[in-house]
Amino acid sequence: MQFEGEHLWLGELGHFFVLLAFTSSLLSAIAYFIASRKEDIAEKFSWIRFARVSFLIQTASVLTVFGCIFYICANHYLEYFYAYKHTSKELEFKYLLACIWEDQGGSFLLWSIWHCILGIFLIKKTKEWEAPVMTIVSLAQVFLAMMIMGVYLLGTKIGNSPFVLTRNEINGPIFSRPDYLTLIKDGIGLNVLLRNYWMVIHPPVLFLGFASTIIPFAFAYAGIQTKRFGDWVKPALPYALFSACILGVGIMMGGKWAYESLSFGGYWAWDPVENASLVPWLILVAGLHTMVVYKATSHSLRASYLFAILTFVFILYSTFLTRTGILGDTSVHAFTEAGNAMNNLIKTFLWFFTIGGLGLFFIHYKKIPAVHTEEKTNSREFWMFIGSLVFFLSAIFIIGLTSLPVYNKIPYLKDLIIKINGGPLALPEDPEFAYNKVMVMVAIIIGVLSAITQYFKYKNSAPGGVLKKIAIPTLIAALLTVAITFIYPITYYKQGYGYLGAIYLALFATTYSIIANAAYIWSGLNGKMKGAGGSVAHLGFALMIAGMLISAGNKKVISEDKFKDFIIPMGIDPLTKQQDNPAENMNLIRQVSTKMGPYEVTYLHDSVGKESNRRFYNLLFVRKDAATKKIQESFILNPDVYLMKDNNMSSNPDTKNYFTHDVFTYISYALNPDKNVDTAQFKLNEINEGDTMFYSKGYLVLNKVIKNPERNKFNIPSNGATLLADITVVNKDSSRYASTPMIMVDSLGISQIDDTVYAQNLFVKFAGVTENRKIKIGIKESDKMIDFVTIKAYIFPYINLVWIGLILMAVGFIMSMLKRTNITGRLYTIALVLTISALFYMFLLAN
Amino acid sequence: MKRTHIVILVAIAIAIGGLLMLSADFSTYDTISSAKQKQGKYVHLIAKLDKSVPLDYDPAKNPNYLSFTAVDSLGGSTKVVYHNTKPTELEHSERIVLKGKMQGEVFECSEILLKCPSKYKDDKKQLEKAATTN
Repeated sequence: MQFEGEHLWLGELGHFFVLLAFTSSLLSAIAYFIASRKEDIAEKFSWIRFARVSFLIQTASVLTVFGCIFYICANHYLEYFYAYKHTSKELEFKYLLACIWEDQGGSFLLWSIWHCILGIFLIKKTKEWEAPVMTIVSLAQVFLAMMIMGVYLLGTKIGNSPFVLTRNEINGPIFSRPDYLTLIKDGIGLNVLLRNYWMVIHPPVLFLGFASTIIPFAFAYAGIQTKRFGDWVKPALPYALFSACILGVGIMMGGKWAYESLSFGGYWAWDPVENASLVPWLILVAGLHTMVVYKATSHSLRASYLFAILTFVFILYSTFLTRTGILGDTSVHAFTEAGNAMNNLIKTFLWFFTIGGLGLFFIHYKKIPAVHTEEKTNSREFWMFIGSLVFFLSAIFIIGLTSLPVYNKIPYLKDLIIKINGGPLALPEDPEFAYNKVMVMVAIIIGVLSAITQYFKYKNSAPGGVLKKIAIPTLIAALLTVAITFIYPITYYKQGYGYLGAIYLALFATTYSIIANAAYIWSGLNGKMKGAGGSVAHLGFALMIAGMLISAGNKKVISEDKFKDFIIPMGIDPLTKQQDNPAENMNLIRQVSTKMGPYEVTYLHDSVGKESNRRFYNLLFVRKDAATKKIQESFILNPDVYLMKDNNMSSNPDTKNYFTHDVFTYISYALNPDKNVDTAQFKLNEINEGDTMFYSKGYLVLNKVIKNPERNKFNIPSNGATLLADITVVNKDSSRYASTPMIMVDSLGISQIDDTVYAQNLFVKFAGVTENRKIKIGIKESDKMIDFVTIKAYIFPYINLVWIGLILMAVGFIMSMLKRTNITGRLYTIALVLTISALFYMFLLAN
Repeated sequence: MKRTHIVILVAIAIAIGGLLMLSADFSTYDTISSAKQKQGKYVHLIAKLDKSVPLDYDPAKNPNYLSFTAVDSLGGSTKVVYHNTKPTELEHSERIVLKGKMQGEVFECSEILLKCPSKYKDDKKQLEKAATTN
C-alpha cells in the first residue's frame, strides 16, 4: 500500500548515516590500533592519517543523524515513532531538544556527539599519545553507534533505531488507511514532568561529564600499550580535572532540578539513578589525587591506573543500571526496559571495557613501576593517598548498596539471599539513613584530611612545622563550630543523639576544611591565586557539604499542624526514633488564611497558564510580628500543576529564595476544575454606590468603589490599575461579611478577581461599569464543593551554601586544569570568568 | 602498597564493614500472602490497584488519608492505608511498589512507588490507545 504524506527519505538518510558512523568508527578504531603498534614513523603516520579521516567521517555522520532526528521532531513528522512519542505541536522550541534526549536513543546520540567533539580536540592536542588514546575513543563510538543501529545480525537485533515508523511500531485500525497521517493530529509530547529548563541543560552537561571520563581511561590504556607506564599521567591530568568539574556540576544540576521542580523535596535522595553517576565521580576524584601524588613523588601509580579504569567502568555500569530496567522497583526515574536488543548490547559494552581494562591492568600489574620505600606519615602523599582510599571505599559502599536489585537477579546468589533474608533484598525502611550514616563518617574523615593535608610537604615535612601552621585554623574552626551550636543548632533528632553528634563532628570537619583552605591560600601560597586551584576546590567541596548538613539537618516541613514554631524546642521526645509524621499536607481553603510555621498562608485564587491544562495557584504568605501584629514579610508563591483529562496531575513547586533560606511549596493535591463544574450562573445587578442587592439568605450593600486601593491591604497581586468594590454582605441573622471583588488592568489585559464568601456559598463578581456609570455586580450562589488545594511547604535553610560551594569547587577544578595546561594571561582570565559567570547564572540566578 | 597503608586500609574497611553490618536491617520484596505472615515487619510489596473496589480519598476531609485495595499476581489481596496525599497517577499505574508494614488485616503504607506507562512512554498499549482515540 502507498501511504500518503510520509517523508521516508529522511529516515533512510538517517539510517544510512548511522551505519556509516558505525563502519567509520570501526575503521578508525582498527587503524588507530594498528598505528599504535607500528614502530616505523612513516608507516605509523599513514595509518594515523587514515584513522583521522575515518574519525572525521564518523563525526560528520553522527552529527547528520542528530540533524535528521532534530528535523523530524521540529517538523512533527509523526510517521516517525520518535516524533510521535516525544513531540507535540504546543511545545516550545527549547523543549524540542529536550524531546530528543528524553529517549534512550537520543541520549546515546548526545553521548556520542560529545565523544566526537572531545575526539577532535584530542587529535589536535595529544601528539604522540594520539593513536592509543583514540583507539579507545573510537571503540566506544562503535558501541554507541550500535545502540541506535536497529539492524539484525545473524538473527539478533542490535540496538534500537530512532528512525522506525509509527505504523510499524504500534497497531491500530487507522494504520491500514493510506491517509492515516491526516488522522494523527499530534504527538504524545514531552512528559510534563520534564518540561523544565533543567531538562534542556542538565542532560548535555551530564553527558559531557560522562563522555569525558573516557579520556583518563584511554590514557591509562595508552600507558600500558606503549609500555611508557608512568608518562601518561601528566598529559591525562588536565582532562581528568575537566571531567571531574563537568561531571560534578552535571550531577548537582540534577540535584538542583530535583529540588526546584520535581517536588522530590530535596536535592539529594540517594536515588539509584543519582548514585549511579556520583560513584564514578568519587572514583575519578580519588584518581585525580593519586595522579597528583604520582607526579610529585612517583608513588601511587598503580592506584592511578586502577581509579582511571574504574571511573569509566562505573560510568558504563551506571548506564547498565539506569537503562536496562533493572532498577524498575527501586527508582522513580530510571528508564524503563528497552528490550533485549538494547539490554544485551549495554551488557556487552560494559563487559568489554571492564574485562579489557582490568585485564590489561592485572596482566601488566608487575611491570607498572612502584616505589618500594614506605611513605612517611608526615608526608603529604601519605595523607592524600588515605583520602583517595576513603573516597574510593565510599564509592564502593554506595554502589554496593545501590546494586541490591542486581543481586536479586544473579543466579545462586539470588537463592542464597532468599534463604538468609527471607525474600529478595530491598533497602531498609529509611534508605537515606542507610547511606547517610556511613557517608557522615566519610565527610568527617575527608573534611579533616582536606584541611590538614596540604600543610604537609611532599616526601617529608619538618617536625612541628605542620602543627604550628595548622594551630590557628584549628582553633578558629573549633570556635566557629561551637558558635554555630549555640546560635543555630542542628535539630535533627530523628536518628538519635549518636547521629546528631556525628553531624556536629562533620560540621566541624567541613568548617575546619573551609578555614584551613582559606588560610592556606593566604599563608601557604602567599595569596598566589594561580596555584590555589586545589585549595579553592577543597574549600568549595567543604562548603557544599557543610551546606548539605545544615540545610538537610534543619529542613522543616511547615505544612504540618504540630509545628507551631520555626524551631522545635529541645526535649521533644528525641529518642523515640519514630518515623516522621507523614501528615505533612495541609488543605488551604480558598480565601481562608491558615497558620503554617511562621506564616499565615492564604490561597487567593487560581489562574490558567498559557499551556493547556496548566493551572497556577496564587498563595499569599504573610509573617506577622507576634506581639504587634504588624506584617514583617509578605510574598506570593505560584506553584502550578498540569491537570490532565484523565485525572493525572504533575506538580511544579515554587520557591521564595532568600539568602539565608528558601521557602518551598508545591501542590500535592488539586481539585480538577472540570470535575467540579459549577452550574450556577452569575446574576447581574446594575446599581449605584450605597445601593442594596438581595440574595437568598440576606442582602449585600455596595459601600463604595475604590480606585487603585492600597495594595498591601487587599493583597493585590499586580501593579496594574485596579477598581475594587467594597461590599458588605448581611445575612438575615444579621451576621456581616466583607467582600471585595476587583477588576484589574495590567499588561496581561483585563482580569476580574472574584471574591467568595464561603460561609454564605456566595460568589461576588465585579463585572464592569455601564455607560451611565452604574456598577455591574454579579452574584452567584452555589452548592459547589468548596474550592481548596492541598499543599506541602518546607523551609530549607542555608541551601545557597550548597550551590556556592559547588561553584567554588568547579572553579577550583578549572583553575587547576588551566595551571596544568600552562594557559596564562588573557585566555586564563576569560576561561575563569566564563566558568564563574555561567555557573553563577545557572545555579543562583536562573530559576 | 605499604605496611602502614594496609593497616589503615584494613582498619577503614572494617569500620565501614562494621557499620554496614549494623545497618543490615534490609527489607524484603514480598507477596501479599508472605507479608501477612510477617506482621509488623517492614516489607516491599509489588502489587496492583484493585479497581473493582472503590478507592477512599476525600482530600477535603483529610488530605492525609488514602485507602484502597491492592492485589498481587498470586491472588493475594489486602486493604492499604496511606497517610499522605493520593499519588496522582495511582489509578493509571500498571504496577505499584508499596513500602510499609502489615498491621493485622491492613497494610500500613509509608511510601508508594508507581510504575506508570505514561512516565516514559514505552508502553505500546498505551500508545496504541492514544493513537486510535486521536
